[in-house]
Amino acid sequence: MAQDSIQLDSQGRLKHFLTTEHLPRSLLTAILDNAERFTVVGDRAVKKVPLLRGKTVVNLFFEPSTRTRTTFELAAKRLSADVMNLNIEASAAKKGESLADTLRTLEAMQTDMFVVRHHESGAPEFIARQVGPEVSVINAGDGRHAHPTQAMLDMFTIRRYKRDFTQLKVAIVGDVAHSRVARSEIHALKTLGVPEIRVVGPKTLLPRGIEALGVDVHHSLETGLAGVDVVMMLRLQQERMQSALLPSGHEYFHTFGLTPARLKRAKPDAIVMHPGPINRGVEIDSAVADGKQSVILQQVTHGIAVRMAVMSMAMGTAAQAS
Amino acid sequence: MHELEQLDVDTLIADIAARLKKRIAEQNLSNPALVGIRTGGVWLAQRLQKKLKLAGPIGELNIAFYRDDFSRIGMHPTVEPSALPFDVNDRHLLLVDDILYTGRTIRAAMNEIFDYGRPRSISLVVLIDRGGRELPIDASVYGARVTLAPGQHVKLLGPDPLRLEIGATKS
Repeated sequence: MAQDSIQLDSQGRLKHFLTTEHLPRSLLTAILDNAERFTVVGDRAVKKVPLLRGKTVVNLFFEPSTRTRTTFELAAKRLSADVMNLNIEASAAKKGESLADTLRTLEAMQTDMFVVRHHESGAPEFIARQVGPEVSVINAGDGRHAHPTQAMLDMFTIRRYKRDFTQLKVAIVGDVAHSRVARSEIHALKTLGVPEIRVVGPKTLLPRGIEALGVDVHHSLETGLAGVDVVMMLRLQQERMQSALLPSGHEYFHTFGLTPARLKRAKPDAIVMHPGPINRGVEIDSAVADGKQSVILQQVTHGIAVRMAVMSMAMGTAAQAS
Repeated sequence: MHELEQLDVDTLIADIAARLKKRIAEQNLSNPALVGIRTGGVWLAQRLQKKLKLAGPIGELNIAFYRDDFSRIGMHPTVEPSALPFDVNDRHLLLVDDILYTGRTIRAAMNEIFDYGRPRSISLVVLIDRGGRELPIDASVYGARVTLAPGQHVKLLGPDPLRLEIGATKS
């Protein structure tokens, strides 16, 4: 894929954010550093900066989402942009033509940025190739492909608690096969220099050939969590259990649910993350989700700052193209 | 007017401290707080804090999110974030910067301060006033006023020692 060329402008600055893949470490670090500056804004009397005043952001959601859409909306508002939320029915698989038509209409409204969630992999890139040079596109999750801002807020959270990526052992646990979050996390962790990345889950939920990404495969939590610094849980989607891939939520919890006893395998100061929404008693025990090592709610707060960073960097680059 | 080459930073800071002390007394600025604009203004604020023996932490502003040239040059390279580790409401603030030129940085800094609260007053303290204002902003206290030749620029280097660099503007 030629996404590295479409994501960056001629000077190597972020223009669209579609995937964490193929981006240099310096750019991922710049996103984290900028996010660090934006976290301060949330603690002030006026939780707003005038950076994107007069810009229009359209949240274009072809798939339902509460947390991602609201944090993108809040991020845009804290940057003083005007935001529109469009939830487009994900009824039939949208054809390229109809998507292009929707887009032309929205562009005619002088939109500066599209934040796109779509059930089909590659839809945000398709949109990025259609829009004018002064418009930016941010991927808010596409099919099984990527969810780059989620991955970056996870990286931000890891850096806040663990500082040095190059000393870490990280386990990604659960339904890796269907997870765009897992893919984006693996690429970001690799680029930021994490030496040991493990994927942990039943055979049916780990994609074949995932070792090629440079990760270690574990089929038991007991070995998978041994000595890790970070446990990144994935959400188990209920529809997987209706297919033949899994017997039941209860049974899954029995073998792959993160319980306090299993978490003891990890380092005593290991942090537990989850992109949400969590399924208590399916992939994670309430005692862990609400426990001392859980940073799940901090992830949500960090998500706002990280999205502010990505939006302002991309829009700053795009503004100069006009 | 001073000759730029003759300026000594330590002498200027001593002069500023004396004038500022006088202003604080005359205007009855009780319990004032120093707020430096990164990075040069923070270095100066730290020096003034010692000289004036003011209590409490100093504030530090990074005005990158308030600049008026975002659409022309995009996001600025990262420096440390803003930190105002005290309640600005009803405080007398001493806003400190190294070089006062167009006034746009000061405009941005004041906008940012008001997003933290409503100060009682703001005094502007600068090391060098080099003229060239594009906004109705003036220093309450300054070290020296200088005139630069076309294409000349002046910059404060530091933090230890603080010194002025005079050179040609990069095009």
